Amino acid sequence: MSDGPTSDWSPDGVRQIVAAHAGLEGPLLPILHAIQAQFGCVPPAAVPVVAEALNLTRAEVHGVVSFYHDFRDAPAGRRVVRLCRAEACQSMGGEAAAADLLARLALEWGGTTPDGAVTVEPVYCLGLCAVAPAALVDGEPVGRLDARRLADAVDAR
Amino acid sequence: MTRVYVPRDSAALAVGAEAVAHAFVAAGCEVVRTGSRGLFWLEPLVEVETPEGRRAFGPATPGDVAAILAGGSPLALGDMAAHPWLAAQNRLTFARCGVVDPLVAPAFDALARAREMGPDALIAAVTASGLRGRGGAGFPVGVKWRTVREAAGEHKYVVCNADEGDSGTFADRMLMEGDPFALIEGLAIAAFAVGAGKGFVYSRSEYPHANATFAAAIETARTKGLLGSFDIELRVGAGAYVCGEETALLESLEGRRGQVRAKPPLPAHRGLFGRPTAVNNVLSLATVPWIVLNGGEAYAALGTGRSRGTMPIQLAGNVARPGLYEAPFGLTLREIVEDIGGGAATGRPVRAVQCGGPLGAYFPPALFDTPYDYEAFAARDGLIGHGGIVVFDDTVDMAAQARFALEFCAIESCGKCTPCRIGSTRGVETLDRVRAGVDVAGGLALVEDLCETLKFGSLCALGGFTPYPVMSAIRHFPEDFAFRPDGGGT
Repeated sequence: MSDGPTSDWSPDGVRQIVAAHAGLEGPLLPILHAIQAQFGCVPPAAVPVVAEALNLTRAEVHGVVSFYHDFRDAPAGRRVVRLCRAEACQSMGGEAAAADLLARLALEWGGTTPDGAVTVEPVYCLGLCAVAPAALVDGEPVGRLDARRLADAVDAR
Repeated sequence: MTRVYVPRDSAALAVGAEAVAHAFVAAGCEVVRTGSRGLFWLEPLVEVETPEGRRAFGPATPGDVAAILAGGSPLALGDMAAHPWLAAQNRLTFARCGVVDPLVAPAFDALARAREMGPDALIAAVTASGLRGRGGAGFPVGVKWRTVREAAGEHKYVVCNADEGDSGTFADRMLMEGDPFALIEGLAIAAFAVGAGKGFVYSRSEYPHANATFAAAIETARTKGLLGSFDIELRVGAGAYVCGEETALLESLEGRRGQVRAKPPLPAHRGLFGRPTAVNNVLSLATVPWIVLNGGEAYAALGTGRSRGTMPIQLAGNVARPGLYEAPFGLTLREIVEDIGGGAATGRPVRAVQCGGPLGAYFPPALFDTPYDYEAFAARDGLIGHGGIVVFDDTVDMAAQARFALEFCAIESCGKCTPCRIGSTRGVETLDRVRAGVDVAGGLALVEDLCETLKFGSLCALGGFTPYPVMSAIRHFPEDFAFRPDGGGT
């Protein structure tokens, strides 16, 4: 899922993405997803390019980018761990496993290790509540986590 | 060559199904990937085809493969259809999930039947079934369809709300991964009923596998010409819980911030791009084919009171037998949690269950005689919601759960209504003071007052229903809000 940015962003690259989605009704979210998939984030400097191509104001596009938790303004680490913090995972000790991982990596929620290896993001429900606590590691689900299984999943994938 | 069925459901993958599938391939088997049957404590659950039918084993690891194929595994579960946990269910919506290959298109018999019936008879059948919106609001599906059908306008839409954000729920995900064609057929029937030419399915970025399976199924339906002139487009959200609210979802589909709209106008009159729109949940739509083929009366014959038919109940969290249990409305909470769920996974006493997601009330065991029914739950300040039940054992700190409900509201608020945007944060701060022993009685009175403001001063269920988990925790578990100097209450 998150192989990191595949190329540096360019205004032309962004315009090509916008053009590829021109036929969609309400194309902004699919465009932003495509930009993040290609460049690893939605670069702040890409916002005016998208705005101009869609005939929107910068404020409108910035408002959308900043509203949704998924969109990043800088690329994530090479491995992205989306760790569930919602109730079903809490009931099975998810917070303790999460605290252990964050301490091990010396990270706050949403942080990336200084070597760019791992980003740990909070997520509120992955639909894996029957095998809680759960996470997505680079898009692949892992469940029935405890501190050890979580550390293994982050290292091994 | 021996044929083996191995789930590719995300929750099965999360506990090692992929490695088990590889081991069967390496052993020379033909492996068919299915959804999950929903008995998650037995996942990865594999089925081996024999002359007597499929025989199940679980929970399986790659190391069990040789013994399973030799017929001598202690993991043997026999014929799943006869398994007591499945045999006691009424699987209508989930009849095929976990059984079939999700990417092989079935004949759309219900869609053909719906076209023979015509829109009016079709809507009448859905109305007669008593089917209510399974997303949480419980609005009668037939009435909504009738409203959209009668709304003026040439262009209409059907939108499937697959933004299943409630913790403890996973039925939409299971269905999109295990039987996507049930949803596609239901959506096509809905479009025929209301006169829509285009359908959107709004799913979540947290569900990458469901989205991949569903996108592949849409492509198959398109290339096989199963949809006629109707078309379906899958859209993926971007991590905003509030987009599960139908008007915020429509805003998001239009490419804007997911902020809720005031109602009226109803989406049925002015919805997506201002056009008449039927917004239905995954489970509502996936149930429609069964109703069309078996008749509204057959569906309405199940259930209790005004809650007709079956509900795919999702048992999750700290429970011995977590999974998907589709049954007619009317079971008591005790039957669901203790008999079906088997109590807490840890073996400790169950102290609380949260029903209906993060906006649902916490029930103590003293209320476990409540029947699973929209009205009975509402009478006890609870909600069925999307059918999730999260179990907690006696180690839970209910003051921490109440605080989390307000914190979640603060994180996910769209910002439109002041009580939700600001009140949620003030509520967290107040509960922090209560938990630290600062003016406990005054703080709790303030939280109650704040909850009243949230309840009546918010446009949507995020602000309006956050008071339910908060107040139910305070009412039913007051001891957790009494400051203990040893730190036990914090």
